[in-house]
Amino acid sequence: MNTRSVVDLTPGESGIINGFMDDTLSLKLLEMGCLPGQPIKYNFAAPLGDPICVSVSGYNLSLRLDEAITISIQ
Amino acid sequence: MSKRTIPKIALVGNPNSGKSSLFNHLTGLNQKIGNFPGVTVDKKTGICNLDATHKAEIIDLPGTYSIYPNSTDEKIVFDILGNKNNPLHPDIVVVIVDASNFKRNLLLFTQLYDLHIPTVLVLNMMDIVEKTGLSIDEKKLSKELGVPVIPMKARKGKGVDVLKNTLLNDMDYHFSPIFDARSHAPEAIDSVKEMFSIEEDYVAYQMLQQHRINQSLTQNEKNLLTDLVEKHNFSRDDLRRKETLDRYAAINHFIDGSVKENFTTLPKHWTQRLDRIFTHKIFGYAIFFLILFLIFQSIFAWAEVPMDLIDLTFSELATWLSNTLPPGVLTRLLTEGIVPGIGGIVIFIPQIAILFAFIAILEETGYMSRVVFLMDKIMRKFGLNGKSVVPLISGVACAIPAIMATRTIENWKERLITIFVTPLMSCSARLPIYTILIALIVPDRSLFWFINLQGVALMGLYLLGFLAAIISAWVMKLILRSKERSFLVMELPTYKMPRWKNVGITMFEKSKTFVFEAGKIIFAISIVLWVLASYGPGDRIDKAEEVVMAETQNQQLTERQLHNKIESYKLENSYAGIFGKTIEPVIKPLGYDWKIGIALITSFAAREVFVGTMATIYSIGETDDELTIKNRMKREINPDTGGPRYSLATGSSLLIFYAFAMQCMSTLAIVYRETKGWKWPLIQLLYMTALAYVSAFIAYNIFS
Repeated sequence: MNTRSVVDLTPGESGIINGFMDDTLSLKLLEMGCLPGQPIKYNFAAPLGDPICVSVSGYNLSLRLDEAITISIQ
Repeated sequence: MSKRTIPKIALVGNPNSGKSSLFNHLTGLNQKIGNFPGVTVDKKTGICNLDATHKAEIIDLPGTYSIYPNSTDEKIVFDILGNKNNPLHPDIVVVIVDASNFKRNLLLFTQLYDLHIPTVLVLNMMDIVEKTGLSIDEKKLSKELGVPVIPMKARKGKGVDVLKNTLLNDMDYHFSPIFDARSHAPEAIDSVKEMFSIEEDYVAYQMLQQHRINQSLTQNEKNLLTDLVEKHNFSRDDLRRKETLDRYAAINHFIDGSVKENFTTLPKHWTQRLDRIFTHKIFGYAIFFLILFLIFQSIFAWAEVPMDLIDLTFSELATWLSNTLPPGVLTRLLTEGIVPGIGGIVIFIPQIAILFAFIAILEETGYMSRVVFLMDKIMRKFGLNGKSVVPLISGVACAIPAIMATRTIENWKERLITIFVTPLMSCSARLPIYTILIALIVPDRSLFWFINLQGVALMGLYLLGFLAAIISAWVMKLILRSKERSFLVMELPTYKMPRWKNVGITMFEKSKTFVFEAGKIIFAISIVLWVLASYGPGDRIDKAEEVVMAETQNQQLTERQLHNKIESYKLENSYAGIFGKTIEPVIKPLGYDWKIGIALITSFAAREVFVGTMATIYSIGETDDELTIKNRMKREINPDTGGPRYSLATGSSLLIFYAFAMQCMSTLAIVYRETKGWKWPLIQLLYMTALAYVSAFIAYNIFS
């Protein structure tokens, strides 16, 4: 199966959160409003390419690439 | 007035929800910063006049997204709210949410509500809500949730009176749990309720979820709970995931009909535009360094006048006291120990206040989280975290608040490394030493037409401290092993204008805390120092006058010169002087004599003591006159070489020693409290002293 994650988005592109590939992180991400079925938008990356800034449930969130890769999108 | 204790009201909310604005509105300057029992997390409490006759104690709890803590800071929330026997357990919880970011903010509310403490919901930032076209029917929402719901614009203070009124009246409070914990693990929860005589399902459920980090439980109770978790197959993470999803589903249900979301028109254009500049590949870093430069310049430039003024006031006070009070031991203790001791603390207020004003502004505007965002990848290479930038910057003023600022770093290893290396950043207490020594060994010349050599030397010392911190962090990263994962899931708030009232209160409170916390220690040390420098074994001190008189009877000395000789003799034969002579062999390789040795010993307690000790050692009555000390030091001759005592070699050796050595009891004390043991402060003390010694030795040999 070919799952896409948030890091596969290009800046400005949006996706719908499908699920999480890391159990521990998912607890934190859920609490921060990253819910399955919600749209998530990749805004921009930090100058050195990591971390990145995404928009989810109406606010901006910064994530490291290895954290963003655990959020799978449809 | 009623005799019963005034009600305790806790403020809880997400970071950036406007909690501190509300706290400041409710309490004004009636605030106290202390520590929560057993931990060094800032405890902000204040008294609020609900009306003319009723007061309430307001407790500001650290901002958190959930009742499940990620950092030391957030742990407090559960420790206080989840345990009815905690002395800070509140009578009412005020949950403040950012209404423009509704769903995520309500998650915490639903968790706190289920703990079954009377709750009031404050919908903050209604001004933004109005602008975005989002509409909230608070009456309907209040009915759905069963708690009072108060719309507010905390930045403007709108809604605060309504909140006070609500808190005054007995709340009509119908409780029905939002998350039905019991249905997920009935037997385990029933056992806990029975064992600990708890009534609420959710409190019992939380005991099962979080007993390992619960401070109020004994080891035995923790073991009992662990057994229960195993016996009933209570799968913590799965349940917590289920709980979060259930709560969001409930939130969706609550707001259905009372909240109309319309995210398409969110006024985030400004934030987007500013982020394009502040996180730009080149401008991003350029602006960050420009801001740092501005902060340094301001700390040094603006603080100078008030610092001189404070210095003058205290020396005048000491002179006035010694002229007014009858001569005696107590007067001397007052004028030579206590007053200069207090002066030594108070003099740092301007620098601390300016630094915290800047830090408060950077945090208020939302820029600080961009700094974390910009620096994270670089800092990670050195075993630090983007969030380590904040303590490292604050360390330039004082390591104590800086080390306290590390508690937002969730990862223990990264936090420990940050705590370990922060004291290497050149704090403001090193500044007087740097200034005096640089003036002695670096010529006041311009390199080109604009670069001053002394300025370059000063800048170099700050860079040296920073490099030492970064390299030490990298070494520690290689040594320390940790399986714990490092996180950086962090909100990037929208840019806002700073609220000047909050900035002012922060400046005031932080300065006050510094004076009283660090002050107590510096104060005690200056008294001990005074005793050590004033008394010696046997009758050597008492006979000082006779001895000096006998030695100098052939010389034509003025009364002042004679007095200075006597003082100098006394110091040499005091306990402090004897210590200095004892350690002389150890410090000789660095180019120091016993007099510098005394300064080294005394300033191990706090670096700022150095200048005062120098003044006493070189027998100058007034410790406040830097120029005099400088001139005296300049004239001091090294009997071995015949040249000046403060040669380039000795001077640079001393500078480097002071840049690296851990000479601050208060820092050690705070590291002890933050790491809960003596292991880390002792390692830190040994490591930094060794680094200072070796580097100073190298410097002395290079330049001599």
